[in-house]
Amino acid sequence: MNPLIALKIAARALTRNTMRSALTMLGIIIGVGAVIAMVAVGQGAKVQVEAQIASIGSNMLMVFPGSTTQGGVHTGSGSATTLTEEDSKAIAKELSAVHLAAPVLRTSAQVISANQNWSTVVSGSTADYFSIRDWPIESGSGFTQSDVDGATKVAVIGKTVTSNLFGTQDPVGQIIRIRNVPFKVIGVLAPKGQSAQGQDQDDVIIIPLSTLQKRIMGVTNIMAILVSANSPEETTAAQEQIKLLLRQRHHLTASQEDDFSVRNMADIAAAAESSSRIMTLLLGSIASVSLIVGGIGIMNIMLVSVTERTREIGIRMAVGARGRDILLQFLMEAVVLSLSGGLIGIALGIGGSKLISSVVHWPTIVSIDSVLLASAFSIGIGVFFGLYPARRAASLDPIEALRYD
Amino acid sequence: MAPLILVEDLWKIYRTGEIELAALKGISFSVNRGEFVALMGPSGSGKSTLMHLLGCLDRPTRGRYLLDGIDVGGLKPNELAGIRNQKIGFVFQGFNLLSRTTALENTELPMMYDEIPAAERAARAREALARVGLAERSYHYPNQLSGGQQQRVAIARALVMRPPLILADEPTGNLDTRTSVEIMALFQELNEGGMTLILVTHEPDIAQFASRVIRFRDGTIQSDLAVAQRADARRTLAALAAGEPA
Repeated sequence: MNPLIALKIAARALTRNTMRSALTMLGIIIGVGAVIAMVAVGQGAKVQVEAQIASIGSNMLMVFPGSTTQGGVHTGSGSATTLTEEDSKAIAKELSAVHLAAPVLRTSAQVISANQNWSTVVSGSTADYFSIRDWPIESGSGFTQSDVDGATKVAVIGKTVTSNLFGTQDPVGQIIRIRNVPFKVIGVLAPKGQSAQGQDQDDVIIIPLSTLQKRIMGVTNIMAILVSANSPEETTAAQEQIKLLLRQRHHLTASQEDDFSVRNMADIAAAAESSSRIMTLLLGSIASVSLIVGGIGIMNIMLVSVTERTREIGIRMAVGARGRDILLQFLMEAVVLSLSGGLIGIALGIGGSKLISSVVHWPTIVSIDSVLLASAFSIGIGVFFGLYPARRAASLDPIEALRYD
Repeated sequence: MAPLILVEDLWKIYRTGEIELAALKGISFSVNRGEFVALMGPSGSGKSTLMHLLGCLDRPTRGRYLLDGIDVGGLKPNELAGIRNQKIGFVFQGFNLLSRTTALENTELPMMYDEIPAAERAARAREALARVGLAERSYHYPNQLSGGQQQRVAIARALVMRPPLILADEPTGNLDTRTSVEIMALFQELNEGGMTLILVTHEPDIAQFASRVIRFRDGTIQSDLAVAQRADARRTLAALAAGEPA
């Protein structure tokens, strides 16, 4: 039989029982809609994470101090004070794969402006910090090496701090007090948004490292060294070079563990990407379960339909329908059900993603791939779950079928 | 000319577990083109089984059955479907029309399985409906038609493929006397036009409209006789209209 005629017969049989067809389709609609929406959420999260990592800089490395051991008990990574400003200078000067290096020390502090106060993170670093982080100054200027050498009391502040301390006022040239030490605001950082961990990167004040060490914290150590490799491709080489140099500088023998750790942003990016991929996969597979349930619904209804229409099958066989004509007719019905359910589901999934975006402000991305996959999948479900009922219809004995009532 | 139907030593044995039941025990007969044969016999005599075999709905256990020169005994189910489509028009007791489907579409049904283009399907279906006097009712659904009209649609469906043979299984079983005679008049008319008809009935009155009656008993042919005084359905109708006993 001509598939077009089979399609016509199928469409007719389905419109004859609109309510039942709609309810049967609902399973597929929900399944496909859920898959599309969930994958869109996952994709959106993935792209967001990628963008955040790009905002940190993909050729960046971070060196942290190792853990201290006290009586055999390891304390957490970063608890030791083994890194020094000289390590940072040596990394910048001696290593071929390294472009820049900047020591970082961080503390939290209460900050006061003329009539506001705010608790924030105060980072001390050198002038290269801004170029390593690829972080432009929006207004005013950054500090220079002479500020670091002279431990001057100047501060560059982030967008969040600016709005909390100064509102819409221009902060450049104003005085703020960090732990009661007066600082002159010389610049405002361009906004960077949330980090991959969900922290507000703009809630920060950056001052010269020496100023933070001497005037606020009264320490000489640093917490980390930020390093930028010459290019993203050279990050691995830079990592190796840093390890060798620091082991040498810290006089570690071959049997001793590293008293520092080097983290490569590319690795962090890969880890974040794989976790968002797992999330997409997980969401997608949970949604697929409902798709399979929808398929079983189709099979169920098709079996009922075959039984109800046994006599019709008998009549068709008597006037010359072959087994494969009957098979095609019922298979077509199942596919029409699942495909139209799938198409409605796709529309609903896209609508749902847009709704999620606008209501909870999650970025969602509906990819063409997931739409094509969902369409193919719903046809597949129709064929898979329609085949058994259709075969059952096709294998009916015409005499028995004609007698059935 | 070779007979349209040639049956030689035809057996049908049903097996249910250990028990074997012979429904037909070596039947032989032939039907020439243009004959109007009535098959009679009590239930269980094997006439329904024979009807299914003649209609290619079932295959014989043993024996030969030639339909229009084709040995259909050894054909596969799909080939049998093709024979049913091309060679046989069925008329059933319960009409067996598709519900919620117009008379026209019901009549088109066999052509759907023969790749006939839509325009030709519609034209031929209209022609067949006109032939049975239902041209005006093309777009009626079965539940909007009387029993006699439904049976006429079924006959139109049987005619539409222009088969050499019409098999009618108790076609008047669900109809009142007058409508039954009307249907028989239509059959006689078709027969006069050269159509070969085989009719299963248990009503002797109906069998009298045929030209030959084969009686069955216990799976064998009991008698095979030409009808001595064949009734003319049109005259019977006229008599019914005049209020005289038929």
